[in-house]
Amino acid sequence: MTARSPGDVAVRLHDASIGYDDVPIVARVDLTVRHGEAIAVLGSNGSGKTTLARGLLGLAPVLGGDVEILGAPVGRLRDPGRIGYVPQRHTVSGAVPATVREVVSVGRLARLGLFRRLRAADRVAVGEAVAAVGLADRMEEPIASLSGGQQRRVLVARALAAQPELLIMDEPTAGVDAASQDALAEVLARVSAAGTTLLVVTHETGPLASVLARAVVVDQGRISYDGPLAGAASGSGEHHCGPVADAGRPGYRLDQPTVTARPVRSLGGGR
Amino acid sequence: MEILEYGFMQRALLASLMVGLVAPAVGIFLVQRRLSLLGDGLGHVALTGVAIGVLTSTAPVGAALVAAVLGAVLIELVRARGRTSGDVALAVLFYGGIAGGVVLLSLAPRGSATNLDAYLFGAITTTSAEDLAVFAAITLAVLAVVGLLGQRLYAVSDDEEYARAVGLPVLALNIVLAALVASTVVLSMRVVGLLLISALMIVPSAVAQLVARSFRQALYLACGIGLVVSVSGTTASYYTGTPSGGTIVLLAIAVFLVVAAAVALREATARRRHRRRGDVHAAHPHEHGPGCGHQAVPHGDHVDYDHDGHLHAPHLTGTGVHYDEHGTDAAPADRPATEGAR
Repeated sequence: MTARSPGDVAVRLHDASIGYDDVPIVARVDLTVRHGEAIAVLGSNGSGKTTLARGLLGLAPVLGGDVEILGAPVGRLRDPGRIGYVPQRHTVSGAVPATVREVVSVGRLARLGLFRRLRAADRVAVGEAVAAVGLADRMEEPIASLSGGQQRRVLVARALAAQPELLIMDEPTAGVDAASQDALAEVLARVSAAGTTLLVVTHETGPLASVLARAVVVDQGRISYDGPLAGAASGSGEHHCGPVADAGRPGYRLDQPTVTARPVRSLGGGR
Repeated sequence: MEILEYGFMQRALLASLMVGLVAPAVGIFLVQRRLSLLGDGLGHVALTGVAIGVLTSTAPVGAALVAAVLGAVLIELVRARGRTSGDVALAVLFYGGIAGGVVLLSLAPRGSATNLDAYLFGAITTTSAEDLAVFAAITLAVLAVVGLLGQRLYAVSDDEEYARAVGLPVLALNIVLAALVASTVVLSMRVVGLLLISALMIVPSAVAQLVARSFRQALYLACGIGLVVSVSGTTASYYTGTPSGGTIVLLAIAVFLVVAAAVALREATARRRHRRRGDVHAAHPHEHGPGCGHQAVPHGDHVDYDHDGHLHAPHLTGTGVHYDEHGTDAAPADRPATEGAR
C-alpha cells in the first residue's frame, strides 16, 4: 500500500537503539515524523545524528526497540524506491567514468525491481531531477568533470529521480558553496511543497532553515530537543550543542504523537 | 593464413575471442567496485576444483566452475557479514584454494592429466571441441546476465551503500557478480591460465577508464580492447612460440602503458597551454565582472565572458584573478548550453 495522506506517520522510532557491533550510539530514542514534515536532525560531531539516519536506512543495525519507516519495520519495505537518500560524501567515487545521466538513472532503478528496464517515463523523471538541480546542460558529461558542489547536486538529483516519499539527506550543505546551498534550499522547498517528507541531518542548517520547520537535536545518543527549528538554532543557522548538564533528560520522549513540536529544553535559544 | 589451417589454432582463436570479450565485460564491475583482485582469488579457488575433477576423473572444467562459484558465494557472504574478519577470511580462502589444488593434484595417479602449468599459465592449444561448446555456453550466459542486470550491477558497484539504502537487492546482485567472475575465471583458465586471469579482466578496463566519458562507453571499449589483445596475443604466440596467456597479458599491459602515456601527455599539454594563457591575462589590465562591457555567458556553475570571440572564465587563485579559456578548444556541439546562450 503506497497511498498516504498528510498526518500519517512516515518515520517512527520507539525506544530505539541503533549502533554498531552491539554498541548503541543512539540509545532508547523516541521520534515520530509525519508525512509532509520537513525536519532537521541537528547535533555536534559524534552526537549520533548520522547513526540515527543510517538506522532509518537500514545501514546501521537496530539493536533494540522499534524503527518503522513508511509503515514497515526497517528493511521490510515492500516497494523499494520510496526512500531517497543523499549520502554524506562530497563526490561520486566510482573508478570508471560515468555521466550525470548514468549516475542519476541509478536513483530510478530501485523502483523497477530486478529486471525491468528504464522506460520513457523513467527517463523523463531522470531529466526532471537533473533539471531541478540546475545541471540539465551537463547531462552527458562525466561526473569527474564537475566541481565538488555540482557533484553533490548530482547526488541530490539521484535521490530526487526516484520521486521518493521520504528524502533523507546527510550533511547536504557541508563543503558546498553558498550559491549551491541556496539552490539546494530552493529545490528542497519545491520537493517539500509537493508533499515529500524531508529529514535532513546537519550540524548547521544555513539557508535550509527556511525549509525545515521542525528540529530534533541529538546529543550523546539521545534526543535533547524536539520542536520548532527556531528554538534549536540561533539566528545565523549555526547550531551549538553545548555541554549543558541535563542529568535526567526528563521527557525527551514524545509520548503524545499528535504533538509534533515540544521543546524539552532551550538550547541557547533564549540568549 | 597459415595459422587458420590447423584445427587446434582455429579452436584456440575461437576460445581467445570469447575470453577477450567476456573477461573485461565482467572485470569492469570489479574495477568500479575497487575489488580488482577478486578474479585472482577465485582463480586460486578454481584450482582446487580442477584437482578434484582430475582426482575423481570428472571434467576439470565443470569441477572448477562449481568450486569457483561456491567460493564466490562464500566470499560475498563473508563480506556481507562484516568487515572485521573479512579480509583475513578471503586470504584463507584464496590461499587454501591454491594450496589445496597443488596438494590434491600431486595425489593424482600417474598418467592422468596433471600438468599444473597448463592450468596455472594456460594451454590454449589443447582446447577441444567439447571445451569450446562449454566456453560458448558460459560466454552466452555471462553476456546475457550482464545485458540484463548490467545497470543494477553498475549501481551496486558504484555505491553499494546507496543501493542498500534505497532497497536494491545488494547481496543478491553481489552474488550474481561473484558468480559471473567465477564463470569467467573458468572460461579463461585454458587461455590465459589461473594466475593471469585477473589481468585480462582488469587491464582492458583500466585502459577504457582512462579515455571513456561514460560507463557504457568504458564497457564497450574494454570489451573491444580485450577482444583485440586476446586474439592478437594468441596469434602472436603461435609465431613466437611463447605461451598464449603471458603474451596476451603483456600485450594488454603494453596497450595500457601507451594509452596512459598519451593521456598524460595530452593533460600536460593542456596544463601548459592553460598556464600560457594565464600569463597573457596576468598582464591584461581588464577585470571581467558584471557590466564590464563583455557579454556574460552562463556556463554550468559559473559565468564566462565573451572576450574577442573566446570565452573567459574568471576564477580566483592565490595570486589573484585567473582566466580559464572555456569554449575555444571544444567543438560547438560539445557545449550546447554555451552556444545556445550566446
